[in-house]
Amino acid sequence: MSEGALLLTAAAGGRGLALGAQLPALQVVAPLLGAILCAFLRKGVLAWAIASLVTWAMPVVALALLWQVQTAGAISYAMGGWAPPWGIEYRVDALTAFVLLLVSGAAALMMPFARKSVAGEVDGDKQAWFYTMFLLCLAGLLGITITGDAFNAFVFLEISSLSTYVMIALGRDRRALVAAYQYLIMGTIGATLYVLGVGLLYTLTGTLNLVDLGTRLDAIGMTPPVLAALSFLTVGISLKLALFPLHAWLPGAYAYAPSFVTAFLAATATKVAVYLLVRYLYSVFPLVRMLSEVPLFELLVALSIAGMLGASLVAVFQDNVKRLLAYSSVAQVGYIMLGVGLANEPGLTGALAHLMNHAVTKAALFLAVGAAYYRLCTVRELTTLRLSDLAGLGRQMPVTLGIFTLGGLSIIGVPGTAGFISKWYLALGALEHGWWWVVVAIMASSLIAVVYIGRVIEVAWFRPAATALAEAGRPNAAMYLSMAAFAALTVYLGFATEWSVGLAGRAARMLLELAP
Amino acid sequence: MSTLLEPFAAHYNHWVTIFLMVSGLYIVIAKDNMIKKLVGLSLFQTSVYLLYISPGKILGGTPPILDPRFAVYSNPLPHVLILTAIVVGVATLALGLALVVRINEAFGTIEEDEIFEERGVEE
Repeated sequence: MSEGALLLTAAAGGRGLALGAQLPALQVVAPLLGAILCAFLRKGVLAWAIASLVTWAMPVVALALLWQVQTAGAISYAMGGWAPPWGIEYRVDALTAFVLLLVSGAAALMMPFARKSVAGEVDGDKQAWFYTMFLLCLAGLLGITITGDAFNAFVFLEISSLSTYVMIALGRDRRALVAAYQYLIMGTIGATLYVLGVGLLYTLTGTLNLVDLGTRLDAIGMTPPVLAALSFLTVGISLKLALFPLHAWLPGAYAYAPSFVTAFLAATATKVAVYLLVRYLYSVFPLVRMLSEVPLFELLVALSIAGMLGASLVAVFQDNVKRLLAYSSVAQVGYIMLGVGLANEPGLTGALAHLMNHAVTKAALFLAVGAAYYRLCTVRELTTLRLSDLAGLGRQMPVTLGIFTLGGLSIIGVPGTAGFISKWYLALGALEHGWWWVVVAIMASSLIAVVYIGRVIEVAWFRPAATALAEAGRPNAAMYLSMAAFAALTVYLGFATEWSVGLAGRAARMLLELAP
Repeated sequence: MSTLLEPFAAHYNHWVTIFLMVSGLYIVIAKDNMIKKLVGLSLFQTSVYLLYISPGKILGGTPPILDPRFAVYSNPLPHVLILTAIVVGVATLALGLALVVRINEAFGTIEEDEIFEERGVEE
């Protein structure tokens, strides 16, 4: 055996170089290397091609991991060959595989849209850097999901956040800079609170491995320092996932970022933060559910409902289309966190399924808005998309606005769309507690969604056209392909739920320790 | 008198950490100047470095270099973690300052209240 091969084998923890055993590392290493390649290439088209190749490979790896987990149980991968809990462990279980598939799948389906949309909104010499940032962000998001190490998760959190700030600042409107700055401040406070909580846990237990932390905290019990760590972690991660009332950064960031970035962030970034919080609340602090003196889960339910109703109401009064959808996202995060707070099988299943259903739906909506913006930009100068700009666009761009309408129906939760399924499970979860008023809140929030989605639909389909559009500025087939893929998934997941509820349910049962 | 001061003296590293943390966070919240906000943010992050580093020092412990003459070593892991966190902090500060430069070019001011007043950033 040559020296190089020997080194590689050693690096793989002596497990040989069989590709199947190295898949967890690929999820992070491939986007990181792709990012470096993009930075060297300096050409927008080439960078897009590299980014696409890497991004399309990721769901394949995620599917393979999912298959491995389902056939052989959780995977533990010793990064660099250092055995856990001392080394950094990459750990893939039912929940990790589900979120990996969600993030990489959403990114892959969006890549065809990126080329034209990014070329239209980002200056030519900055496009290669843009794809560099995109791949770094993807590496960070996948890294947070796959790592089993608390501090490693912080590093990935900052990798994804820093690249996100840059991507937001590339928006055309000068207010994008202020939005990026504000997100940087809030995001850094969130990440620092997270690392503060991890520091307290490390001082208490002497370990950073999440599984190891769970067992050692079990032995310590819920002492005041553990509760302090828990509260720092909860608040820090809640800032990143935009739980009401910590959502202030989100509307600006979504509204002024380039269209593709908004769609990507809406589908993935907050979802990964939710994953991290679920991981802590259910795997690391399993005792917290039995805790009566700290009503953490009740608090989550209350804040979620406030977000579902409050943010939806604010959305009704928005004039900027992306800002309207951003407030809707805050409300939808409320639905997800409601299920996390319910902490029973149907509730948690609904929450995890809504991660996927909302990602698919919001991606369809933001991509449709991005396509409309792309077309309008070819005939006049626009830095941001106002509701009045959409007037009469339904007849000029029937496919795009049709996809928007479909996504809107899913946000409302009309049966036959993905949004209905997760709301159904959330309602079941609430009824299991006997909390009928939660079901009322879900219905009320859906009714408000009818109003804000209805406003867009009314303007787009029932008003006379505001702008004469040039035939030349039509979005290309690749853009339609991305939009159609998400639209099709929105309907598909409304009928066949094996990929959403099936996988989510398995993860929920694992988290609640109901089944192996 | 000494009994009053004892808990403070025994854990003075924690008091320094808490003071830095709270004052940093206060600056971020209270100031409108974007550079000052970043200074506050850095202070806040620095306090966490201290939180990690100070328990790593073990009284009477030597640097963690294996030697038959010593049995008690300081914990090296917090230092390694915080080296990473310092890099993250520097990157954040650099990116934040770069954004402030661009904001100054685009708006002609780095006072948050003036930016919000001038052209309704919040709409």
